[in-house]
Amino acid sequence: METIWVHAEAADGKVASITLEMLAKARALADTVECFVAGDGEAVAATLGEHGASAVHATGELAGGLVGPALAGALADALAAGAAPSAILLGTTKDGRDVAGRLSVRLDAPVITNVVDLTVDGDSLVGTEPIFGGTVNVNTRFDTDKPGIFLVRPKSFVAEPTDGGVAAVHPLAVPDLGATGAARVVNVHVEETEGPKLDEAGVVVSGGRGLGDADKFQMVDQLAKALGGAAGATRAIVDAGWVPYSLQVGQTGKVVKPDVYIAAGISGATQHMVGMKGSKHIIAINKDAEAPIFGVADLGIVGDVHKVLPQLLEALAAR
Amino acid sequence: MKIAVCVKQIPDPADPGELDPETHALKRDMKLILDESDSYGVEMALQLAEAAGGGDVVLVSMAPHNETNGLRTALAMGAAEAILVSDDALAGTDALGTAKVLAKAIERVEADLVMTGTESSDGYTGTVPEQVAELLGLPSVTFAKSVEIADGVVKAQRQTEAGYDDIECPLPALVSVTAGVVEPRYPSFKGIMAAKGKPVAELSVADLGIDAGSVGWAGAGQAIVDVATAPEREAGEVVEDDGTGYERIVAYLEQLKVL
Repeated sequence: METIWVHAEAADGKVASITLEMLAKARALADTVECFVAGDGEAVAATLGEHGASAVHATGELAGGLVGPALAGALADALAAGAAPSAILLGTTKDGRDVAGRLSVRLDAPVITNVVDLTVDGDSLVGTEPIFGGTVNVNTRFDTDKPGIFLVRPKSFVAEPTDGGVAAVHPLAVPDLGATGAARVVNVHVEETEGPKLDEAGVVVSGGRGLGDADKFQMVDQLAKALGGAAGATRAIVDAGWVPYSLQVGQTGKVVKPDVYIAAGISGATQHMVGMKGSKHIIAINKDAEAPIFGVADLGIVGDVHKVLPQLLEALAAR
Repeated sequence: MKIAVCVKQIPDPADPGELDPETHALKRDMKLILDESDSYGVEMALQLAEAAGGGDVVLVSMAPHNETNGLRTALAMGAAEAILVSDDALAGTDALGTAKVLAKAIERVEADLVMTGTESSDGYTGTVPEQVAELLGLPSVTFAKSVEIADGVVKAQRQTEAGYDDIECPLPALVSVTAGVVEPRYPSFKGIMAAKGKPVAELSVADLGIDAGSVGWAGAGQAIVDVATAPEREAGEVVEDDGTGYERIVAYLEQLKVL
């Protein structure tokens, strides 16, 4: 495979983990790997180069415009002008999905979504997508002559630096977007919590509905702190307003693969399990012995989280 | 204020069904229900129409076999009418094809606002909202967790990987909402009775002026190579807590060298 383009995402000059994960895989599949980014190319050129990108096509700052329409428009123009990647990889992030959706319409080409693995078959790239909560894998390839657009799930590949030099920065012009570019970002809110980041922590302790009410989430927080890990949550308690969305683990939240995942008061809905099933070791505490979470747990405690968690916290504090 | 809401009718998630062994497509020959993730879009649309001092909420859906069961649920919540696109030619249609059909149907509504969920509970590609927006030439706010409209401008909080952004976007526009943006109402008995008489326009692909070759299997532009059962994670030890369950956890954490 000749060339793969990878969507680079960065915040405050730090390249996102999903970008580096995709670069590691793209490098193994293609002779040339290049990135495209909505933002300043110089700020990310060294990191992207170190991870195997030879070039980065950058739009420069968007001045309040949203990434989706801007980057899709810029990419479509670049392709029309002769750029010919065999495949375009984007992370399954908010912006990645927006770009992929709009680009797919501009190219009149489909998107293969929820990709967890990629393989080369002749001249085409085959994506693997889990369905039915990860019990069945579907392998899909494109049968058009347009570049394949793939949305890759975080944590599908392992990021690994190589000995590449700084990526060459090329300008990527954003065309006039007309009405589609009318939405503006007027304020940015960061909901970072203390301690290690949820999707990078070695230990994750998550809470669900079984906690009973919002106040009880502090037990999850305390346990995460005691173990030097990060706290997570199910969609149910995020939707209920107990904790911010940035803590959500699952299909519509973050995908985590820590060494140890502790699920407290979580039954194990499919939407949650796809976000944590890849953890190395799973401990579950739930009062319902029939809860699906026990089907993936290495150690399951059938019991009341309101008893087990305080006892556990006390035992850890006494050490 | 006229709001078009995209809704999907899906197999009951409690009984997700299976893949057709011939085509590898999800079987949809059972009774379909309103996708729970779309009930948030319906509720948000109803509240925005009420806040704007009135207006119609029109449902737009694509489903096999002229299925209206899920649409009736949303009509019972308070939507005024529905457009249903149902056609044998649509079997095997992918996300882009679905967006093309929905966009053509939405054009008939002449809506100020198009509302969707973020992703369906059965297919979860999560790309249809942006595809519809691009096809209609509209700006969009995706993954909105809060939405208000004032003076023809949508003010929304859009989830990001790190938190959320405040977005302002002039109408007409498309907004996709997350679960939890509002609490969907339960249809009242009166609503359920009224829904039986509300108009549902049933359209074919030809009615929308869409070439049947651009949708369905032929239009999908992708082929399923194979389908395989994923290796299962094995369950470990499950023990009943007799008051010493926490000791088991401590011992396991020690064994893993976390402690």
